[in-house]
Amino acid sequence: MGKILEINGPLVKLELPETVLGEQVRVGRLGLVGEVIGRDGNTALAQLYEDTAGLRPGEEAHGLGWPLSVELGPGLLGAIFDGVQRPLQAVWEQSGDRMARGVAVPSLPRDKRWRFVPEPSRRAGAMLSGGDILGTVQETESILHRIMVPPLLHGELLELAPEGDYTIEEAIGRMRLVEGKNSGQIEKLQLFHRWPVRTPRPFRQRDHAVAPLITGQRILDTFYPLLKGGKAAIPGPFGAGKTMLQQQIARWCNAEIVIYVGCGERGNELTDVLEFMPELKDPHTGRPLMERTLLVANTSNMPVVAREASVYVGITLAEYFRDQGLDVVMVADSTSRWAEALREVAGRLGQMPVEEGYPAYLGSRLAAFYERAGRVETLSGGHGSVTLIGAVSPPGGDFSEPVTSHTKEIIQTFWALSKELADARHYPSVDWLESFSGYIGSAAKWWAENVDPNWEAARAEALDLLAASEELQRIVNLVGVEALSSEQRWTLEAAGLIKEGLLQQSAIDEIDSFASPEKQYALLAAMLEIFHQGMKLVKLGAPARRLIQMPLMTQARRWKSQHTSEDIAALKVKIAAIPSDFEKMMLEYEQTA
Amino acid sequence: MKNIEFRTATSAQGGLIVMGGVPGVAAGSRVQLRDHAGRLRSGLVIRAADDAVLVEVFEGTDELDLERTWVRFLDEPFKLPVSRDILGRIFNGAGLPRDGRPPIISADRRDVNGEPLNPAARAYPREFIQTGISAIDGMNSLTRGQKLPIFSGGGLPHNRVAAQIVRQAKLLGEEASEFVVVFAAFGASHADARFFEESFEESGVLNKVVMFLNLADEPVIERLLTPRAALTAAEYLAFDLDYHVLVVMTDMTAYAEALREVAVLRGDVPARKGYPGYLYSDLAEIYERAGRIKNRRGSITMIPVLSMPSDDITHPIPDLTGYITEGQIVLGRELANQNVYPPVTVLPSLSRLMKDGVGKNFTREDHPHVASQLFASYAKALEVRGLAAIIGAEELSDADRRYLEFANAFERKFIGQGEDEDRSVYETLNLAWDLLSMLPGDALIRVSEEELAKYHKGVASI
Repeated sequence: MGKILEINGPLVKLELPETVLGEQVRVGRLGLVGEVIGRDGNTALAQLYEDTAGLRPGEEAHGLGWPLSVELGPGLLGAIFDGVQRPLQAVWEQSGDRMARGVAVPSLPRDKRWRFVPEPSRRAGAMLSGGDILGTVQETESILHRIMVPPLLHGELLELAPEGDYTIEEAIGRMRLVEGKNSGQIEKLQLFHRWPVRTPRPFRQRDHAVAPLITGQRILDTFYPLLKGGKAAIPGPFGAGKTMLQQQIARWCNAEIVIYVGCGERGNELTDVLEFMPELKDPHTGRPLMERTLLVANTSNMPVVAREASVYVGITLAEYFRDQGLDVVMVADSTSRWAEALREVAGRLGQMPVEEGYPAYLGSRLAAFYERAGRVETLSGGHGSVTLIGAVSPPGGDFSEPVTSHTKEIIQTFWALSKELADARHYPSVDWLESFSGYIGSAAKWWAENVDPNWEAARAEALDLLAASEELQRIVNLVGVEALSSEQRWTLEAAGLIKEGLLQQSAIDEIDSFASPEKQYALLAAMLEIFHQGMKLVKLGAPARRLIQMPLMTQARRWKSQHTSEDIAALKVKIAAIPSDFEKMMLEYEQTA
Repeated sequence: MKNIEFRTATSAQGGLIVMGGVPGVAAGSRVQLRDHAGRLRSGLVIRAADDAVLVEVFEGTDELDLERTWVRFLDEPFKLPVSRDILGRIFNGAGLPRDGRPPIISADRRDVNGEPLNPAARAYPREFIQTGISAIDGMNSLTRGQKLPIFSGGGLPHNRVAAQIVRQAKLLGEEASEFVVVFAAFGASHADARFFEESFEESGVLNKVVMFLNLADEPVIERLLTPRAALTAAEYLAFDLDYHVLVVMTDMTAYAEALREVAVLRGDVPARKGYPGYLYSDLAEIYERAGRIKNRRGSITMIPVLSMPSDDITHPIPDLTGYITEGQIVLGRELANQNVYPPVTVLPSLSRLMKDGVGKNFTREDHPHVASQLFASYAKALEVRGLAAIIGAEELSDADRRYLEFANAFERKFIGQGEDEDRSVYETLNLAWDLLSMLPGDALIRVSEEELAKYHKGVASI
């Protein structure tokens, strides 16, 4: 038992001998929770996850004996947790509209019974290790929750419970450990276990990422793909549509689990997700999206230290589902707020600031965090992945600031959002010149095998066209469009067609909101076909002005919102008819030629 | 402890004093100081330890004689007494009356810092608020429970715009406004405060307004309390008394500057432009108090006004604000110089909650598409205008010349309107179609073909 010596904002100096760094503490009469971040003799320095107003020197404090950990087991999906995994729905029912301090509500419901089905091949006497599957719980209709031996345990299975309904605390088996200092000890197995959030969960080895994450967003999937198990960043100034894009990814991506961490963001955005997700259907399974989604929320008005913890809570939950052999996407919105929380604590500790007040370890912390993404071979021999997408909120939209520039060096896919595009209401405002993807090679293989062998070439051609149009636009801005040759005008027009008919995608249009890879490729091919046909005519001497006035140019811009992903056939009919639109003119100019 | 006066101040510097030998003082507790002349000052414990307590003094530490300073620890945070009687009253930043009437007596006293709302308890803002201003209703509409700041600059008519919103705001279909208004001014000039007071009085809403004023020549540290006191009153009106509350706060820049001033005194590590690293969290504590709560009738809709230093939208104050609020209405000097009122620069303006508050069931089915089309066409028109400035309007193609005309008409007729002109959202949408009809139908791809057929009055193509 210790006591409070000093209170300075979220930092509290304690007299607490024999504590270890990282240990959880409960402090004061209210029982506020925090974490030890420093020790000096008999005194310890703790950062608290809750507001410290009202704490007094002399009040008691005690260590809990474990580091910040999360509970992992059935009951996670569809839930919303705060930055230290308190279930907000249950907290609301217990303590009302406002976040009360010192509440102790278990993360997973204790009274709910789950149908546990033991793995048929498991027999008493078998030797099991961490990660081995003991059985399953059908948690939601679309997600089969696999119950695993907690990592690091190794021993002989003494007993496994028969099929039946169990709470997460009831024993579903017993195991005699054979390794380590606890050798010989008998361990109770439950539907859940705990894991410390700052320690990455173990796996056998890293795998190559092979399949792209399909988000249904054309500019992302077709132009700057991300692989399952990859790392991406979405930097963008405010108002560039960062939140919308992330929500689109959370809604439509073909991952099995989506973890959305609202780190220092708006309360209403989480409410939006909470109200909207249950109404939406997963395009891949047809089940409500909420069944595969899990939210971690530390809104901008909630305590700053819990904000720092929230991304670790999120990534640990992601790793837990990965270990079950699932593909998980974690969206962290926003890593800048996490970095700022780091900065705030560092400032109070009096650590030497480097760039813009951030501590020197910002880069290494960010890198270590992103390294927890990846596709792995799990302890039980399966394959799972964690795809990490971090939003970055650069102050003033300046990408050279520390968080953006460090992140840029770490990630492989960079979806740069542009304020100019957003101001013109070109959404998603992903800048096609600033963005990049390091996964083109692997993605090309997948597209070639699953959609069309010509994907890589078509993508490259479209990007070339966009880059060329940027040059041409600069000329137009100086001397007007009349100065361009017909070929150049047609190039400019075709780039415009690609921007409006392909890159622009409306999140609020029911049909346009999601595009399957087939639809994406069909549209891409269609835009290029129009460009080619037109270019042929221009080369024969047709003026670009005539081509631009073709009704097809307006019609093609509407195709994206006229055909759903299931209705590709009708779209393909229109695409096949493109040459006929040019036929008459083609005859005319071929004759004169 | 509340009744003991300590005379153990060991040092004082720039607004902070250190008290020795006062064990067991609560962090965040309110403090009352009595100086040698018997004048009372108030303060706040910002760091508490048994051997030394650091106190921030709101009125400053000038002329304090440490040996003759008596300090009382009130053992509670800053609280605001609330009751129905606050309507129609004027308070200072610390919640004391400044209208010469007696203080509010109430057993119900609330901590001005509030407590963060559980995200699971929030209800999503969906109801469209008609402000009667086309640039807002048509393209950046406000919903109940939203926080939508006005980004402005020195000399721009942000106060007039804010006052017009307060006068005209109503829910669709309701004749009279049913809002009560909480108005907070910090660092505002006496003239600005008087302008609002008179504007409320003229429109006859004064008895539905609560004002919290901390003017430019009043203590800076009190500025940090002013928005908190105002929002405490707003929360009481909204969530205890079921009112729909419109909170207008001006000027957030003065607030942030006060925060910086105090942070420097405390010795906090500066981040950007000398502002403390916690500016974002601190602003969020204020802005996030807007919203709606499940199972409660009332709501808090917030319109903070801030002036962008040197019109720079990337300055930390507008920048961090934009990351927290649900959009922004940007006023621009260029339009103001052309006598367009309200000078709303629509392209950088945005309402994030618009998508869920307009369209079928809320305003009219074509609203989202019309808004999107106006943005796109106006953006295109500005490009053309830029081109015309270089090559001359005569060199433009016919199509481009139409865009040029569209831009001019759009700015004069759609954005520009009278200060007392209260347009319904239908008038706004019809006006939008009148303007879009200046452009050929096939240039309007953000609206559907059915909408074109129904509303477009111009030629289909040129």
